[in-house]
Amino acid sequence: MTQPFRLGTGGLIDRDRPLIFRFNGRTFQGHPGDTLASALLANDQRLVGRSFKYHRPRGIFSAGSEEPNALVTLRRGAHANPNTRATMAELFDGLEATSQNHRGPLEWDLLSVNNILSPFLSAGFYYKTFMWPRAFWEKLYEPAIRAAAGLGRLSGEPDPDSYDHGFLHCDLLIVGAGPAGLSAALTAAGTGAKVILADEDFTPGGRLAAETHEIDGQLGSQWAAATWAALAENPNIRLLPRTTVFGTYDHGIMGALERNTDHLAEAHGKPRQTLWRLYAKRTLLCTGATERSIAFADNDRPGIMLAGAVRAYANRYATAPGRRVTVLTNNDDGLRTAVDLKAHGIEIAVILDTREGKAIAATHGRKALSAITLTDGTKIETDCLAVSGGWNPNVHLSCHHRNLPVWNETLAAFAPGPSLPPGMYCAGSVTGAFSTARALAEGASKATEILIDLGYAPANTTPPKASDEPSDITPLWHMPSRKRAWVDLQNDVTTKDVKLSHQEGYRSVEHLKRYTTLGMATDQGRTSNVLGLAILAEAAGKTIPETGTTVFRPPYTPVPIGAFAGHARGEQFRPTRLPPSHDWAAVNGASFTTAGQWLRAEWYARPGENGWRDSVDREVTTVRKKVGFCDVSTLGKIDIQGRDATEFINRVYANPFAKLAVGKVRYGLMLREDGFAYDDGTTARFAETHYVMTTTTANAGLVFRNLEFYRQCLWPNLDVHLASVTDAWAQFSVAGPNARDLLSRLVDLDLSNDAFPFMACAETTCCGVPARLFRISFSGELAYEIAVPARYGASLAETLVTAGKDLGIAPYGTEALSVLRIEKGHPVGNELNGQTTAAQLGLARMVSQEKDAIGTTLSQREEMIRDDDFRLVGFRPVDRGTLLNAGAHFLNTGAPADMAHDLGWMTSVAWSPTFGCSIGLGFLKNGTNRIGDTVRAYDPVRAKDTPVEVVSPHFYDPEGARQRG
Amino acid sequence: MIINHPLLGPRDASEFTYLGDASLIDRPDGGDIDAFHAYLHLRDNPAGEHRELWYHEYGDRSWLVVTRNTLTHEITQVELARDVARAKGRSR
Repeated sequence: MTQPFRLGTGGLIDRDRPLIFRFNGRTFQGHPGDTLASALLANDQRLVGRSFKYHRPRGIFSAGSEEPNALVTLRRGAHANPNTRATMAELFDGLEATSQNHRGPLEWDLLSVNNILSPFLSAGFYYKTFMWPRAFWEKLYEPAIRAAAGLGRLSGEPDPDSYDHGFLHCDLLIVGAGPAGLSAALTAAGTGAKVILADEDFTPGGRLAAETHEIDGQLGSQWAAATWAALAENPNIRLLPRTTVFGTYDHGIMGALERNTDHLAEAHGKPRQTLWRLYAKRTLLCTGATERSIAFADNDRPGIMLAGAVRAYANRYATAPGRRVTVLTNNDDGLRTAVDLKAHGIEIAVILDTREGKAIAATHGRKALSAITLTDGTKIETDCLAVSGGWNPNVHLSCHHRNLPVWNETLAAFAPGPSLPPGMYCAGSVTGAFSTARALAEGASKATEILIDLGYAPANTTPPKASDEPSDITPLWHMPSRKRAWVDLQNDVTTKDVKLSHQEGYRSVEHLKRYTTLGMATDQGRTSNVLGLAILAEAAGKTIPETGTTVFRPPYTPVPIGAFAGHARGEQFRPTRLPPSHDWAAVNGASFTTAGQWLRAEWYARPGENGWRDSVDREVTTVRKKVGFCDVSTLGKIDIQGRDATEFINRVYANPFAKLAVGKVRYGLMLREDGFAYDDGTTARFAETHYVMTTTTANAGLVFRNLEFYRQCLWPNLDVHLASVTDAWAQFSVAGPNARDLLSRLVDLDLSNDAFPFMACAETTCCGVPARLFRISFSGELAYEIAVPARYGASLAETLVTAGKDLGIAPYGTEALSVLRIEKGHPVGNELNGQTTAAQLGLARMVSQEKDAIGTTLSQREEMIRDDDFRLVGFRPVDRGTLLNAGAHFLNTGAPADMAHDLGWMTSVAWSPTFGCSIGLGFLKNGTNRIGDTVRAYDPVRAKDTPVEVVSPHFYDPEGARQRG
Repeated sequence: MIINHPLLGPRDASEFTYLGDASLIDRPDGGDIDAFHAYLHLRDNPAGEHRELWYHEYGDRSWLVVTRNTLTHEITQVELARDVARAKGRSR
């Protein structure tokens, strides 16, 4: 609880408030304003994890989102978030974190044996090492490697956190609230332009929070806080702290992730994170720069850190990264580290400026740095080594549209290329303007340029005054070493691996990345990429610009899958549509099944029924013997009106529709233009210029889209108009011998067979409510479909039950519907699946050759009308007691069970209570000519081989006498 | 992406569904199998400017012809497909 490395004064922490947290079960204390990383350092917890491959001890390396080492699991149980960067985790009271990637305690990781085995674990080792014996791969090598691989572990439980999605629009999006971003926002304030200022940190100022620069005579961090507070008062400026803009998308859309409650002990019902879609007319990248390392022998020990991070811990977090610090730098900026630390009273062991030829030969210390040896043999006791290899502009967002970054010799770094996405600008150190004064000036001038372009008149265009710090650099990438020198700490890639990759032929920088995994994983090589490709360039004898960079892709930092999913999970994954009688069905014993977005009643269980088959058999028999009703409102309904409605419908159905009389319904088959059947339904004509079309439930949207395409793109001058009325009408099938008796009691219409024959339709009233009646049958029985406005649906269900009580009425669900249609031989989605032809479905004669309807021409292709092709036929087991299975394939008796002898497949089966046996539909080669034959339904998945009799697909009333009666 | 709808102004691409090459407007009415085969299956796949059909399914149900650069996603023109079809001489 003592925080031995906490400095006595300074820092942006609230010393008056202690925060208690736990790391690996031990209790520590920190303060508001700390990150987990700074609090661990203040408590002398330098070892925080084990490295990916060699399980080397690792400590905190950076102070920002580029952190490669200090990945921990935050929180516990289902709330656990693996691979959380300790440098980004804001400390809160009660925080619990555990280290990752070790077997046994962190201090005594059993897998650190990998470090001894490292000669066998170089780049691509698993391609070379585990070749033989072959059988060992699946049984031994792969499970062992999988168990050892990876860093954090997921909880394996559903994510209990909630995530939100949001949309924001603005004139100017400023990414980054460092000096350039704040200066740009100040310029825009007061112009009336709508501005969003986003920053990934919880403290504004970017590097200002970590440095001791002065602005307008004020400490930079104080100026940043005051500016931020002033901007927060401005109604046209929206500040988004803790928000990482992670991707550049098309047309000014940027993706951003806001961490709403990650920094709180409890979310209190608020979302954990929000995924923002930002629509910006202009975007100004003020994304700053990230420091990079230098490769030298054993440069990965805890205590070896980026120089800028060392300053950040001292200046911002009032934490001494060591008692006796060494600075290693190839540039002016690194030297500031020594100045700042001395001001905090921290001892500087030595300053090693590589421009003066200084170099490190070795580092020492088992679980943390204790000393270094220089190339001249001098050994220096030191517990912290601050390394600066220069700074890389954070060009990522400027590159997501393939704007290649350009190498800048002066900076020894890549800066944004000239082909920025439309509307994007850059200011500050992302362009290489590495001093505070230049960042402030660029922020102001770029904002001015943008605002004038947008028609605003910025008044305040003079940037605040600040110093122009030197940033001269003489690049040095690595120091000669016989020991391993790390390039990418997160993936354990060393200089040797990079050279090996080149030696083995992986010479492109993209190949280097895949072969060595350099630059992969959570940090995406923020501190290592440029170092790696500089070493590759050296090995290849090329320049860095010739070597190039790998492609930058979103996201800039990791985004949880949960944030992308947002609320679209579980029941909210997609909308649930309920037919009008849903609530009525629920209280009447229905269980439900999903049909696309719809929930449909599958059967209505009654007391005494043992399982679903009892209910379904009863419902089928009710329809065959008495009368049943079923909610079929889910079918697509399209209202078609206009002087050319008849012509239009005649062109979209394959069968003739030109002469359908008013008051009649016709079954229609729709083809795609490629000639395959894809939907069917009935269309009723209510007036000369008025039709109502039904589609299958599944294709309601597709058919409507296609009809609009035909109407607008193919025949733009036809007078025809479409409206989707699927949700406007509750429609019930009323089927069975007593259907006429029942409906006669309810509708104001003469339903005698002469007055209202099979395939008649009429607009009428039902119990005083406007209604439509259609005499159509899916079951093969005397049947009607009655439609009333959707709000009367539940009431109609109740009315039917009451009025039909003496007629033996019962509701039936989708299972009975399916049995009835299989008995009748009607194809549905199992058969009419978009891959079958009219001929295969037995509907060849419907395709009119007298007109050029959609699909007519290509439906006549030779292969699609072959006589010996698949045909839809019916099947009955020879042994009537056997149950059939859909998916079984047909074989001739005695034929080998292989694809060469395959004759087709079973598409639908049902237990038929009407026939007392299992029946099936299926496609059989040359099926029509094989009726009466016996074939085998071969089902290796269920280990069945059933002799079946080939019959007509129309098991029930093939002449149709009942439906016409 | 944002599509500048000729009637409704800029709309997010998520409101639209995509069909493909705007040459689908050129249906070879009354043509033979070869003509329909070419119409349906033989398409250019340009790296650059592409005229394509988008449907404002979660909007006003207009079919649009969008001229988009497939390399940069830059959209240079958006027209009502009905107007394009009429201009091509399609009528009834």
